[in-house]
Amino acid sequence: MGLNIATHILIGIGLFFNLVGVVGLHRLPDMYTRLHAATKCTTFGSIFLIAAVILQSLGIWMIEGAGSAQPAMWIRAILTLVALLVTNATGAHAIARAAHRSGEKPARVVVDDLEAKGHD
Amino acid sequence: MNWIPAVAVLVACIFITVARVFMGPGAPMRLVAFDTTNTLVVTSLVVLAIMFDHVVFVDVAIVYALLSFVMTLYVARYIEGGKF
Repeated sequence: MGLNIATHILIGIGLFFNLVGVVGLHRLPDMYTRLHAATKCTTFGSIFLIAAVILQSLGIWMIEGAGSAQPAMWIRAILTLVALLVTNATGAHAIARAAHRSGEKPARVVVDDLEAKGHD
Repeated sequence: MNWIPAVAVLVACIFITVARVFMGPGAPMRLVAFDTTNTLVVTSLVVLAIMFDHVVFVDVAIVYALLSFVMTLYVARYIEGGKF
């Protein structure tokens, strides 16, 4: 019972952050701020949603006991979470660097220190 | 546990980000939107795995996450205009 309530709270937090990220993808002015909103919020929301899945799978495992197929589920869910955390941060960095080098300007930019100092 | 509302909200989010893929001005914006779509697809695959009680969905999610990461790096390098 308490496990189900905790799972619902985790799902609520995760869906809220995913929705905030998706709204930010449409509402913010330029590509860099949209990258910032979308990547961070969807990564944070996915952490909570996959944590809800892991918690529920552990609960089913406790009920079913030995011989259950649930360890395969939650160990792979943890692996998915680790892969998602590593690849999202690295991919966002690669996108931002590529966009800056291809000449994409932030909206309403006044001073671009990265351009001025020459380290690209 | 009823997982259907969570999956429904995630699928709605996926449709909104795909709309940004088609609308977005310029290649970097489209790449950002597509990266977000991939994250949401991986999350919804993990939720579908426990909803249908099939472990195969999580295997697909791991492979999807790693392949989409490779895709993001390659398209970013293409936008940058450098050598591969």
